[in-house]
Amino acid sequence: MINKIVASIAEALEGVKDGSVVLIGGFGAVGQPDALIEGLIEQGAKDLVAVLNNAGTGRVGVAKLMELGRVRKVVCSFPRSQGSVVFEELYREGRIELEIVPQGTLAERMRAAAAGIPAFYTATAAGTLLERGKETREFEGRRYVMERALKGDVALVEAWEADRWGNLAYRGSGGNFNPVMATAAELTVAQVQHLRELGEINPHMVGTPGIYVQRVVQVDRGPPWTG
Amino acid sequence: MQPFSRDQMARRAADDIPEGWCVNLGIGIPTLVANHVPTDREVVFHSENGILGMGPAPAKGREDPWLVNAGKQLITLVPGASFVGHADSFAMIRGGHIDLCVLGGFEVAENGDLANWATSENDTAPAVGGAMDLAAGAKRLWVLMEHTTKDGRPKVVERCGYPLTGLGCVTRVYTNLAVLDVVPGRGFVVREMAPGVDFETLQSRSAARLHLQA
Repeated sequence: MINKIVASIAEALEGVKDGSVVLIGGFGAVGQPDALIEGLIEQGAKDLVAVLNNAGTGRVGVAKLMELGRVRKVVCSFPRSQGSVVFEELYREGRIELEIVPQGTLAERMRAAAAGIPAFYTATAAGTLLERGKETREFEGRRYVMERALKGDVALVEAWEADRWGNLAYRGSGGNFNPVMATAAELTVAQVQHLRELGEINPHMVGTPGIYVQRVVQVDRGPPWTG
Repeated sequence: MQPFSRDQMARRAADDIPEGWCVNLGIGIPTLVANHVPTDREVVFHSENGILGMGPAPAKGREDPWLVNAGKQLITLVPGASFVGHADSFAMIRGGHIDLCVLGGFEVAENGDLANWATSENDTAPAVGGAMDLAAGAKRLWVLMEHTTKDGRPKVVERCGYPLTGLGCVTRVYTNLAVLDVVPGRGFVVREMAPGVDFETLQSRSAARLHLQA
């Protein structure tokens, strides 16, 4: 019997190694795997590369992971959100690396990794500072930048519901980065609010098929904080 | 001189959006555009976190915490709305499926270059978000911004001084003083001026040559 459901956060994060590239889903609070991030703080892996859209807010979650000195580098599109105090402090002091990636390029680099595409060309960032150090090429008179696939060792995602095969369904705008990140890592761990029997999730509503998911853990998260 | 207020700027832009367009609004003033599209005109609003068919802010007590826009504000859906993940949402943008994007700006140049994401090469933690994807990928890009900075420096310029977001991407600019088209090979062409603004005044507050419509 295939059963990807694990009983605890600790079990869900077992084996995450130092130096891992960790993809962290969510857009602001919506779709953010809070309990898995807290679990990673407990778990102890360090020297991490965190790939996410925002660089954390306040002093909890991802911001706490950074404050504890466990994140070597952040790959993100928008580190300067309101309340991203920890990241800004560390960055100013030169204690954390930043790779700034346009939001669509970030998503596409993971999509490429998932689809076995090592690199691709995009018009995004052509002729800008973010083109520096990258190969460029002209197609039909337009300039494009070569971007490389971005693969995670681990993806931490949040979904509304899941079954024991690891099929995930999302709620509202809670998908965002989660489906693409789930496809792009060696080990994808999903935090979900509800467990369903096989067949209970309408196949058309499955946002991430179980093939991409290795572990599922149920957490009563409640609504995302959107204050 | 009666410069346009932010809401009037947003209204001017909204007036020019025809029925049927899919439109992405940047965070800040551009968000106001949605409030001014006539209710009998069907315009589909896109939010880069994966929403097509975004509606206005919810009434008190009707909030759904799972529904936020790109600025992480609570929103509603309109009938006909749909969700996708980030990869598909940005494929819509990067693949030229979005008819119009409206962004804020630090500077717009007469060649259509836009600077709106960083104020120097050594910006502390620059934040680009989806701006470069929108600049490169949307079919049209309109910029909604004040005509000058708070200390009076023109934001309508010959060449951008700040780091670029996109090259040759802006097609129209709505400021508190005027509506300008960016015409390839010609530069800024004045479509409209705010009440009481004359061409000389507008030119004196711009750092690029302005042209009157032929």
